[in-house]
Amino acid sequence: MEGYINGIGIISPQKTFDTPDFLSEVVEHNSKALYSIEPSYKEFLNPNLARRMARIIKMSIAASTICFRDAKVEMPDAIMTGTALGCLEDTEKFLWAIIHDDEQFLTPTSFIQSTHNTVSAQIALQLKCMNYNFTYVHKGFSFESAVLDALMTLAEGEAKNILIGGHDEMTDKYYRVCDRIGYFKQETVPTMELINRKTNGSIGGEGAAFFVLSKDKSETSYAKLRGIKTIYKPENNQEIENKINELLASNGLTAKDIDVVVYGNNGDARFDKTYTHLQDNLLKDSTSTYFKHLCGEYQTAGSFGMWVAAKIIKTQTIPSAILIGDNKSKSIKNVLIYNTFLDVDHSVYLLSQC
Amino acid sequence: MDALIDQLKGEIIEQLNLEDLKKEDINSDAPLFGEGLGLDSIDALELIVLLEKNHGIKVANPADGKKIFQSVRTMAEYIQANKK
Amino acid sequence: MSNKIYITGIGMISAIGNNVAESLASLENLKSGIGTLENVRSRHKDYVPVGEVKSTNEQLTAMAGLTPDKQSTRTALLGLIAAQEAVKSSGIKNIKEFKTGIISATSVGGMGMTENLWMDYLDTTKSGDWLKYIEAHECGDSTEFIADNLGVKDYLSTISTACSSSANSIMFGARLIKHGILDRVIVGGTDSMSRFTINGFMTLMILDKEPCKPFDANRQGLNLGEGAGFIVIESEKAAQGKEILAELSGYGNSNDAYHQTASSPDGAGAFMAMEKAFKVSGLKPSDIDYINAHGTGTAINDMSEGTAIDRLFNKNVPSISSTKAYTGHTLGACAAIEAVFSVLAIKNNEIFPNLNYKTPMPELSFKPTTTLEKGKKINHVLSNSFGFGGNTSALIFSRHKAS
Repeated sequence: MEGYINGIGIISPQKTFDTPDFLSEVVEHNSKALYSIEPSYKEFLNPNLARRMARIIKMSIAASTICFRDAKVEMPDAIMTGTALGCLEDTEKFLWAIIHDDEQFLTPTSFIQSTHNTVSAQIALQLKCMNYNFTYVHKGFSFESAVLDALMTLAEGEAKNILIGGHDEMTDKYYRVCDRIGYFKQETVPTMELINRKTNGSIGGEGAAFFVLSKDKSETSYAKLRGIKTIYKPENNQEIENKINELLASNGLTAKDIDVVVYGNNGDARFDKTYTHLQDNLLKDSTSTYFKHLCGEYQTAGSFGMWVAAKIIKTQTIPSAILIGDNKSKSIKNVLIYNTFLDVDHSVYLLSQC
Repeated sequence: MDALIDQLKGEIIEQLNLEDLKKEDINSDAPLFGEGLGLDSIDALELIVLLEKNHGIKVANPADGKKIFQSVRTMAEYIQANKK
Repeated sequence: MSNKIYITGIGMISAIGNNVAESLASLENLKSGIGTLENVRSRHKDYVPVGEVKSTNEQLTAMAGLTPDKQSTRTALLGLIAAQEAVKSSGIKNIKEFKTGIISATSVGGMGMTENLWMDYLDTTKSGDWLKYIEAHECGDSTEFIADNLGVKDYLSTISTACSSSANSIMFGARLIKHGILDRVIVGGTDSMSRFTINGFMTLMILDKEPCKPFDANRQGLNLGEGAGFIVIESEKAAQGKEILAELSGYGNSNDAYHQTASSPDGAGAFMAMEKAFKVSGLKPSDIDYINAHGTGTAINDMSEGTAIDRLFNKNVPSISSTKAYTGHTLGACAAIEAVFSVLAIKNNEIFPNLNYKTPMPELSFKPTTTLEKGKKINHVLSNSFGFGGNTSALIFSRHKAS
């Protein structure tokens, strides 16, 4: 199972959407929760449609539009998105109205847009795209399920170009609520110091990242996506290593062939043990990189990681802002992404130069 | 009636998030749906709530919206006729 | 790789019963589960009839064989009860014997809990054991709860495509088997009643104040329901030597791309989903013996779906009914519950009636079945599920050849 990443559109807390630059400059937020740097939506959305849309919907539609332009694709053969929380702002709005107005004078817009499938549906509606349309909503497996579905669909020969995306938004209330259950650090951490802090919790984040995954290589190709595996509640490091080895073996590779690993280190002292273990053992010869200090922690952050991996391969560069330790790579052929959300949902992706 | 029409225009702009519009951009007799303001069935439901919340008028059948929401003027007329 | 997808277990809970046997009895005795809301506090309770499971969360916890400290959201509990039954009915002794996954579906997730606790979550002066429900809000949480209780670990995912959600979880599970990624998948969906959905559908003005009347010319909308349905699907290898209840022979997914909530008048998306399902199954419309329609009872759905069916079947529509007047519209769970009904129709050679139907819709060529029809051999069943956002899905269930 494989596919070519032929286009990317990503809106994130970094400057990622209107520049070919690859993190040579890092935006320092100095905040406990990172919010995206957003474009002006006028270019992407008819104002009559945009007037109802919450931020995450606008962000996602704009990111998918950028992605289609980048891939030079107008109509995808399938749309698959991943989102753990759906459209949080609309959900909170409708919930607040129910509670505050005691179930009276409620209007439909925020309810309609609160459903998790709003983004993939809106993209289909705007494009008049009647093809396969799926929304995955499984915590740290949301985006990863969309990736697997896309790879399966390409293998089935039913599609040439597929839009996949991961999107989740941060809101003030969501931050406050999840802060109560230990998701976030109690202190503000400078971006470049995040993974050195040995305290519990991470920084909040958000983003909308979309990719065109295609059957055929094109002039716009970034990388070849060669597989993904998810691991639910791994019992030990051996189980994780076995899964990684399985993924590599099915592609005729071994750990030695991996030039760079993109890790989901998020500075949470409780959960960095897996990353450290891999860095010191199975993947010790590969260059280590990380990304969550740039986008924050959220359930679909793997999609930001996939952007990082694809850019590393295409530009053959590793920005110093994402490097852990030394850069051991001369040419970069194979890149792994290893990510976990709360040490429950683990995932590993394999990308190669094409 | 003119005051009510003016008030309604403001309420419509707010309820439907018509940020780029000012009251004077809305012709009191122009159709609200389709060609005119370009509103749709979800807006119709929003307007039904507007009638109930701001004017105390309950529209039980959404199909009645078609007649009531032809223009801002027909909306105002409906409010005057049904005001308790 | 397995080209056949065998259904070896079924489980469900809804307003018409806590398990498959009770549900079948209700179906055969024309006993609807639509009634007054009891378990959710709502000012609309006397105005909107619903299909509710008449057990409290505490009772559901006990039903699932859990101690009170293991209680979870209603969505998760309903899901676990249905999934447990499906696994038991499949005769699975050792869940680890084959590569086993779970694909669930839900539209509200843990909202039933969140809507009661939201203000307390925001108030940092309050604290308690209930803080555990913050994480339970996420749709994926109910799936992980079910997986942990069943010991399923090899693959987990959750789908939310509004009212077509669990058709898509069944479809995705089947494809995981066909690709050899899993041998066995517990697929289905679960949704519980909540003020959030009751009020949401009220704002759309599509709730009937009476029991719903799918495909009736005077239909006034839908009734909300709650419940869960799961089926166990297996590869040829995993199902060897087991009783095969039916096969999942076809599936199709499409998007109507017409409107945020409403279906297109000609049901273009529904048509495409059914067409794809036929293509996967290799069957023709004339092979279908029974259609379990989405049939929600709203003006728009029944018109759109009926028109698409008329077109696809060239007005030679086989026996058709909507079972929504029994269970209410169980949103993310409905396709899975109706998958159980489809399997039952094949297993028992019977067609469950479309309750509350009196007046034909002049626009459609067909009338739904209104009495329990028994005796005609049911080899192939088409089941439709459509949702907000234009998500349309169709599944085809077929009699297993050897049986």
